[in-house]
Amino acid sequence: MSDNSARLFETRLADVDPAIELRGVTKRFTTPDGSAYTAIKEMDLRVEPGEFTAIVGPTGCGKSTSLTLISGLERPTAGTVEVHGQVVKNITPGVGFMFQTDAILPWKTVLDNVAMGPRFRGTARRPAEAKAKDWIRRVGLAGFEDRFPHQLSGGMRKRVALAQSLINEPAILLMDEPFSALDVQTRAIMSNELLHLWDETRPAVVFVTHDLEEAIALADKVVVMTAGPGGTVKATFQIDLPRPRVVQEIRFQQRFVDLYQQIWEALREEVDIAYSQTTVAAEKVA
Amino acid sequence: MATIEAPGAAGTNAADSAPSNERIYKDRLRKHKITVHLTQAAVLIVIFGGWQLLVGTDSTRIILFGAPSGIISQLVTWFRDGTALGPLWVQIVVTLEEALIGFFIGSALGIVSGIALGRIRFLAEVLGPFIKVLNSIPRIVLGSLFVLILGLGIESKILLVIVLVFFGVFFNAFQGVREVDRNFIANATILGASRWEVTRQVVLPSAFTWIIASLHVSFGFALIGAIVGEFIGGSQGLGQLIKNAQGTFNANGVWAAMVIMAIVALLAEFFIGKLEHRLLRWRPPQLGSLDSQASGL
Repeated sequence: MSDNSARLFETRLADVDPAIELRGVTKRFTTPDGSAYTAIKEMDLRVEPGEFTAIVGPTGCGKSTSLTLISGLERPTAGTVEVHGQVVKNITPGVGFMFQTDAILPWKTVLDNVAMGPRFRGTARRPAEAKAKDWIRRVGLAGFEDRFPHQLSGGMRKRVALAQSLINEPAILLMDEPFSALDVQTRAIMSNELLHLWDETRPAVVFVTHDLEEAIALADKVVVMTAGPGGTVKATFQIDLPRPRVVQEIRFQQRFVDLYQQIWEALREEVDIAYSQTTVAAEKVA
Repeated sequence: MATIEAPGAAGTNAADSAPSNERIYKDRLRKHKITVHLTQAAVLIVIFGGWQLLVGTDSTRIILFGAPSGIISQLVTWFRDGTALGPLWVQIVVTLEEALIGFFIGSALGIVSGIALGRIRFLAEVLGPFIKVLNSIPRIVLGSLFVLILGLGIESKILLVIVLVFFGVFFNAFQGVREVDRNFIANATILGASRWEVTRQVVLPSAFTWIIASLHVSFGFALIGAIVGEFIGGSQGLGQLIKNAQGTFNANGVWAAMVIMAIVALLAEFFIGKLEHRLLRWRPPQLGSLDSQASGL
């Protein structure tokens, strides 16, 4: 990269607010027995508009907590969470959230589920349904509009959830291990689909996962978190693999393997710590 | 994402043997059903035949226990000639009216307050102890009070029914709100739902599984309330009919009134089942078929 272009890049960054910025964020919860549990501690994170960021870390490191803070479902105990330069005080507008478990409503049909977002935001029924039909088609579920969620497979329900989030055209899409309940093949198909849809509207994505392969295959940037309690950012890695990517095949590339080894070095230590903590806890209980 | 049928040996094989397998299975199922129904008929014959035989022609026993033949002739008399209180259908209508009006008001109040207290923590904290105290009162006793205050008309019975129905529905609605999946609420909120929209579109449908379950039990309570109310003080209705029969040593009359109430209760159960099916049609069929089986019995 020449000096000139680097300077150009810098000025552009200075002009545009980051999509998401966490500064010194700590979140403590009160457990039912009255003691405090620190989920994340002094965490800093910056996500540019349109950037696909994956957060990896061992179980219980506070990955999901960071998403609930960005979405505004929870407020930080200390530090600031900003979205597009605005401090998050309530539910963040322009955010989509895909949950680990199914969160589409089982008593609504596919069409009604997908149309929910526009309806809540004041669109009339007909235009909302027309838009929903379009998104149902885009996620490949045309013809399933009248089904109830229990009549769909796990992968199809994820597609509904994806359409439900994307129909609001969020500038930020938060995903909490969205595909972890799916089998390996369906998961790869859904990952490809996600990349394809992301490319259409280019929201900034924060994708939480414990699967490093998935993280590298999808993201522009992989953030490794330290073991909890009180997890924080350990290291950040830029993923310079070219796009468009095919998730099933990208893992055979040498660059992918190199990145994997490099990031795994950072992650392994944390996984070991988290594992020894759980075994110590288990021994205490026993 | 349509499922792909693999054409080939396995597929054709299954197609060949499927019809005969299915026929054998259906045959077995039908035979099983016939056996069940025949056994049920036998049980009925043993009970009622034994009853009839044991009572025999002994007039004291007939007075004390009644007899199936006597019950049937009592029903015929009531239908044809009316009861001591007037035409039979008037008694049925009066009791039904009390039970239904009370049931609707009581369950509506129960649903609304259950959801309100479930959603608004402050309300629950303030009103919780009061509701617990009220719930611990044997409410049927309030019937006497209501008759004193409101007189012998249907108002006192309706109030008793409301009180009986309310608590069951209330506690179920309240619990139902508490059991709503947190993710559903978070998801709807992020999609842009207001608090009222969350209540209306997420909490209410979710809690309905609980509420419907309580409605089945509550209609039984509604009938009990109406009849006990008439017992305590009234001039018409099935409860009065029973009280009358009891006063004239007419056991057959008591039984006959019970038969009528059972039919009314079964009809109501059928309609609540229909309502349940309509409101909960989004549920997987395994859960649904359990209910239809129960109402089939």
